[in-house]
Amino acid sequence: MDALRQMSVTQQVGLLFVLLLGVLALATAAAVLRSLRESAPGDAERGRAARRELRALWAGAALFWGAWVSGPLGATLLFGGVSFLALREFITLMHTRRSDHRSLLLAFFAVLPLQYALVATRHFDLFTVFIPVYIFLAIPVVSALAGDPERFLERNAKIQWGIMVCIYGLSHTPALLLLQFPHYEGRGAFLLLFLVVVVATAHFAQQALALRLRRRPVARRIDRSFGLRAWGLGTLAAGAVGGLLYWITPFQAGQALALALIASACGTLGEFVMQALKRDAGVRAWGNRVAVTGAVGLLDRVAALCFAAPVFFHSVRWYFHAGV
Amino acid sequence: MQWLPGAVGLLLAGLARLVTGAQGHWHGCPPKAEQRIYFANHQSHLDWLLIWAVLPGDLRASTRPIAARDYWTANALRHWITREVFNAVYVDRQRSEDQDPLEPLAEALARGDSLVIFPEGTRGHAGRPQPFRGGLYHLAAQFPQVALIPAWIDNVQRVMPKGEVLPVPILCSVTFGAPLAPPAPDEDKRAFLERARAAVVALDAVAA
Repeated sequence: MDALRQMSVTQQVGLLFVLLLGVLALATAAAVLRSLRESAPGDAERGRAARRELRALWAGAALFWGAWVSGPLGATLLFGGVSFLALREFITLMHTRRSDHRSLLLAFFAVLPLQYALVATRHFDLFTVFIPVYIFLAIPVVSALAGDPERFLERNAKIQWGIMVCIYGLSHTPALLLLQFPHYEGRGAFLLLFLVVVVATAHFAQQALALRLRRRPVARRIDRSFGLRAWGLGTLAAGAVGGLLYWITPFQAGQALALALIASACGTLGEFVMQALKRDAGVRAWGNRVAVTGAVGLLDRVAALCFAAPVFFHSVRWYFHAGV
Repeated sequence: MQWLPGAVGLLLAGLARLVTGAQGHWHGCPPKAEQRIYFANHQSHLDWLLIWAVLPGDLRASTRPIAARDYWTANALRHWITREVFNAVYVDRQRSEDQDPLEPLAEALARGDSLVIFPEGTRGHAGRPQPFRGGLYHLAAQFPQVALIPAWIDNVQRVMPKGEVLPVPILCSVTFGAPLAPPAPDEDKRAFLERARAAVVALDAVAA
């Protein structure tokens, strides 16, 4: 531990990435070795699924590392790109009408870049209210100007939702990288890693527990595997992991535990809400192969972060009165 | 400046991919370097660009679109793009007395190029494609050795509805079907065109 504390921030962050990529490399090597072995047909399908997960993890790690090495500007651009792709996926599955064209242009080409510009320049006060206050009005105004009263509320609600989830929610991840604490300068990467690890733990723990507990789902028609007990236990597991990871954060162990509980609860509940949205749109996974488009299913992977990041960001910021 | 058309082509294909995802689904046939006529539903100006972006790079050079001469040669930029980047086949929309409007197309096919045609003639509004025009029948009868590939373009009308200039990013796909049999000797024009249209429409169910 003392050796770790002696290191400079850059060295610590470097070590973090070496560990992260090392674990991923080991997992990939294991998957490659396993694929060489002769296997039953059922295994092949599972192997493919595992490889898909691994690819997604590599992409996520590459994004994380890229965001770190390229500094505030690069991080903002990278997450802005992810935001763009997620919003594209979201809008594809919402049935927009011709008269939504201008509102959608506004969302993609004005709101998205402006929001990320606010992150990059660390205008965190405006960043927090820009979409919920100003864009909340701007979208329906543009929509009304298009002169189509049919399903007006519904169409606007869809676009607002897409903006809130895919732009507002996701833009809080690079914001975490850029948040400055006293005595914690330049260590935003740990904060983001903390959030991702905690949210992912809650996700996987909840899924494993749901399989094991086999309780009656609370909302069968939305998600067959979502049960309150599995959710609660998954959140507790994530909280425990967060508590154990307190040393990479600026928090005390208890604070880390509380924040991990909040973030993981929001993440898994957010996934549950996205599940309801998917049911409404009539698909099982965003960008499912059988759906219109066959996209990459990016939104499935970032949904939990979209909901957890804003709550985590604001609780951290208010509780610690973190500066600009 | 030899590289410029190639670079612009790559840029346009990249833009199409960024905005629409440009997903190609080869259901009835693989992408292959054989002479083909692709025929598809037509909803937007982007249709051609999307098909072109979906094709593998080495098929792009030999696959040519049809462009209306009066519109696409009206200014230098349009002319340069259709001629240098897309290698378009120009046709006249006004029918002159002594000239067959299909002649440039037949010429291109005789040279061994593949074509992409939109047999509806004009961009339809969303939904079912309009009845096909006769050109496809004449070309298919004249060149029975060329494979006829139906294609269904999905979602493009949402990206850029008629009358808008800027595209909204929405995922689109192109689904290619199995080759259509050329017109049989006893098959009349209308029956063949209906069969071709049905082959395109059937892909909607595959794509969805």
